[in-house]
Amino acid sequence: MSPEKMVTMANQIATFFKSQPGTDQSDRIAAHLSDFWDPRMRAQLQSYVSEGGKGLDALVLEAAQKI
Amino acid sequence: MKDLIIPWDADRDFGTPAKEGKPVTLTIDGFEVTVPEGTSVMRAASEAGMQIPKLCATDSLEAFGSCRLCVVEIEGRRGTPASCTTPVAEGMVVHTQSQKVKKIRKGVMELYISDHPLDCLTCAANGDCELQDMAGMVGLRDVRYEAPQTGGLANHFEARNTSGEANAEWLPKDDSNPYFTYDPAKCIVCSRCVRACEEVQGTFALTIEGRGFGSRVSAGAANDSFLTSDCVSCGACVQACPTATLQEKSVIELGTPERSVVTTCAYCGVGCSFKAELNGDDLVRMVPYKHGKANRGHSCVKGRFAYGYATHSDRILNPMIRDSIDQPWKEVSWDEALSFAATKMRGLQETYGRRSIGVITSSRCTNEETYLVQKLARGVFGNNNTDTCARVCHSPTGYGLGQTFGTSAGTQDFDSVEHTDVVIVIGANPTDGHPVFASRLKKRLRAGAQLIVIDPRRIDLVKSAHIKAAHHLPLRPGTNVSVVTSLAHVIVTEGLMDEAFIRERCDWEEFQEYAEFVSDPRHSPEANEMLTGVPAEELRKAARLFATGGNGAIYYGLGVTEHSQGSTTVMGIANLAMLTGNIGRKGVGVNPLRGQNNVQGSCDMGSFPHELPGYRHVKLPEVREIFEKAWGVEIDPEPGLRIPNMLDAAVDGTFKGLYCQGEDILQSDPDTKHVAAGLAAMECVIVHDLFLNETANYAHVFLPGSTFLEKDGTFTNAERRINRVRKVMAPRNGYADWEVTQLLANAMGAGWHYTHPSQIMEEIAATTPGFANVTYDMLEERGSVQWPCNDSAPDGTPLMHVDGFVRGKGRFIVTEYVATDERTGPRFPLLLTTGRILSQYNVGAQTRRTANSVWHEEDVLEIHPHDAENRGLNDGDWVRLASRSGETTLRAKITDRVSPGVVYTTFHHPDTQANVITTDFSDWATNCPEYKVTAVQVAPSNGPSEWQEDYNAQAAQSRRILPAAE
Ligand code: SF4
Ligand code: SF4
Ligand code: SF4
Ligand code: FES
Repeated sequence: MSPEKMVTMANQIATFFKSQPGTDQSDRIAAHLSDFWDPRMRAQLQSYVSEGGKGLDALVLEAAQKI
Repeated sequence: MKDLIIPWDADRDFGTPAKEGKPVTLTIDGFEVTVPEGTSVMRAASEAGMQIPKLCATDSLEAFGSCRLCVVEIEGRRGTPASCTTPVAEGMVVHTQSQKVKKIRKGVMELYISDHPLDCLTCAANGDCELQDMAGMVGLRDVRYEAPQTGGLANHFEARNTSGEANAEWLPKDDSNPYFTYDPAKCIVCSRCVRACEEVQGTFALTIEGRGFGSRVSAGAANDSFLTSDCVSCGACVQACPTATLQEKSVIELGTPERSVVTTCAYCGVGCSFKAELNGDDLVRMVPYKHGKANRGHSCVKGRFAYGYATHSDRILNPMIRDSIDQPWKEVSWDEALSFAATKMRGLQETYGRRSIGVITSSRCTNEETYLVQKLARGVFGNNNTDTCARVCHSPTGYGLGQTFGTSAGTQDFDSVEHTDVVIVIGANPTDGHPVFASRLKKRLRAGAQLIVIDPRRIDLVKSAHIKAAHHLPLRPGTNVSVVTSLAHVIVTEGLMDEAFIRERCDWEEFQEYAEFVSDPRHSPEANEMLTGVPAEELRKAARLFATGGNGAIYYGLGVTEHSQGSTTVMGIANLAMLTGNIGRKGVGVNPLRGQNNVQGSCDMGSFPHELPGYRHVKLPEVREIFEKAWGVEIDPEPGLRIPNMLDAAVDGTFKGLYCQGEDILQSDPDTKHVAAGLAAMECVIVHDLFLNETANYAHVFLPGSTFLEKDGTFTNAERRINRVRKVMAPRNGYADWEVTQLLANAMGAGWHYTHPSQIMEEIAATTPGFANVTYDMLEERGSVQWPCNDSAPDGTPLMHVDGFVRGKGRFIVTEYVATDERTGPRFPLLLTTGRILSQYNVGAQTRRTANSVWHEEDVLEIHPHDAENRGLNDGDWVRLASRSGETTLRAKITDRVSPGVVYTTFHHPDTQANVITTDFSDWATNCPEYKVTAVQVAPSNGPSEWQEDYNAQAAQSRRILPAAE
């Protein structure tokens, strides 16, 4: 998947959980990613994060550490 | 093969509809009969086993009392009342066979027959004609009546008199409809057809013109034929006609059928029951089954008439293979095709890893077939790469309702609509997409229920014969969440919510957070009017009506789900239902209208890559254990790839092989170019289908599929109803689809040995709690059952969440509107939204191969007169439709059904390829593509685009088949 598309998809998820009440948003994003993204997609996200994670929402960066 | 034995009276016509009421006892011909109050004398007699002769009455319609054949004598009453229009009364004493009434009946029949041709032996309805039956029943032996000598023939059935003069009363046959004829010469003017069109179908296409001897059934206005009138070819009038006047052309051609099998329509999610009527294995006609609980004897043009694709010459009946897609196809034996496929797939796994191949299950195939395909991925491939076309339609329903209520399913049965007072239809177009449900809804609306339509387009329901929506909110595509949240804002801020319900049934703390969120003035209809295009006052009125108008039900379709916020809108809809206490009883609820016949079933059966059958996540060890024990394999705990992810991974080179059953992803999925690139990058694509569909242009193995007429199984419709599909003829390709999947699995070493789909259902029941008590024997006995069906709900579950939500407390979820990234701008200033029409079905592979094409030969682009004028377009012009993904050409249709700034098209024809235009944006939670919003530009054009030409060339090249080697 192109990095742009992955960033869009991850940020869309973050946008939803950001709007939810509570303080555990990054946990919920991580849970969503673990539940619905196949391992190669999560691996792609993690390696993208390790290279700086350009364009990713801060909450996604946080969540990526938890998946 | 065993036919369903229809009890002798399953088809019995009781003359007038059943009633509900307190019991009334009367005596008919010496027998005591007890029936509900309001029942007609005719029906009471029929229930006691005595048929009173009748012509104008039939039990699908309210009594009319015009033929006077059904007269009876009632003690203590004067004269001879018509039994069809006379309600029973306590203690009534009825005589149905007195000398007096017998004489009247003979006289009535004599008059009818004197104006009817006596060509019974060569008539298409011979043996299936109520006029014939009644003449026999009343003992008519001669016809004394003669035409008056003075002028004219005074009949309707002779074209000319003996001296060759034309008969002014005679009208020629109307055979404009491709499926049935209207022969006025045989009409007895009982008006059953007119009433069927009004009461059952709700189209009002027919009228009785003229008076007395001059009365005629007429379709549309004076110069109309059936085809040019408003008629939607549902067949209700044909069904109701007692004579050969309205007659299926197939019966005229093939003769009256001698056997029948009850089965289920394979088109849409309504799941109508039909009787397939045959001679031997020659299918003569499909007749809606009276006892079908989804359709109650009604049908639409697709299920009733559009089955000809099953025998179309395009059907591929032999397996084919090729090494690469630029080669022509080579016909081979099943063995060769299967071992070719198995070797390739296993080889790919060896080279690229276990997770490099996957499956797409079909929402058109049966539950049993779908179950096997996902089992193939999980049990044989050893991964969770299974997805289904529900990904591209209702996956947000799964997520949204799962989060709020705890399970992904419509809450009601279709009968529930009869108890509804206010209906919201949002993002659905039932008269086209779910026609039989639409007829039932319209019937309820005519009886006084109110309607709110939320849709960018002025769909037929907004205003049509005897129907008018109380409110139409024509929102801008992509602003569903904002509109739904505003509705909630009005309900909460005006204090219209059902607090008692919320306190009892929902999580109160979450509700308070939610209430605070929606009450914020930024969610008021006034604050969002500019964004959504919906007048604030109209939205307020709609919200008030829904909250206070009695039983409120929400029906929604793909206009809700196919957005980047599809899942959020589904949650918003669930919130609305909970806010107003509209859950858990008749007449209310949240009802996703499912697209394909078995979308519900394919989701239930574990087609999604993250969940096993019964909506249980693969990460849960206790769930995996159930299947690991049943299948004797280890199940991958990681979620697999969804369809768009498969295509992305294919382009990246990590996904190499696909078994695709009964879906045409190249035509149906968004961003065609990307789909084509993904398919082209795979090394083994196995297409299992009836026809060489568009996806097959990129396939290496083609396995011929079977139609729903050729196999046993079950479909689950939008109301969770499990209906039997019965084999009415042998598969022309040699194998039912479940057998093909089993052969492929076994070629890969699975060692399955199912011999009948009922065994697959046993396995489903044993592993999936909601299906625990479902067996073929039970379905045989009851006809159908709605899941969950297990020890706690042995009779199935017509209504869900009655005493509590499946998940316990209902959850209110905050629904913040987020604008889609798909925005209009100077290059692409219009918004394209897509949909479907009545006569065609999805990618059209089936319906395009039937006469249904007379109603829809091509996809057209609907555009508002204002936008057309700006671009110098006239009605019928070729236009170029372009988005950032691609461009195509089609003809324009200028109409104010769409608002300025919005254009609309359907996606039934591969030549149009509307999905070349749609983009790869998708729902945040489920990747359900955003079909419903694409920024586009429209400009005049003079013919097909370059892409269309290239595409057609590639398709023609790819469809070549080498003659089979001997
Ligand atoms: S086919 Fe249906 S719509 Fe057409 S005239 Fe008959 S009842 Fe009406
Ligand atoms: S067409 Fe058939 S149903 Fe209609 S009025 Fe004539 S006989 Fe009756
Ligand atoms: S297409 Fe749908 S509404 Fe039409 S007959 Fe089939 S199931 Fe019924
Ligand atoms: S059947 Fe009763 S009047 Fe025709």
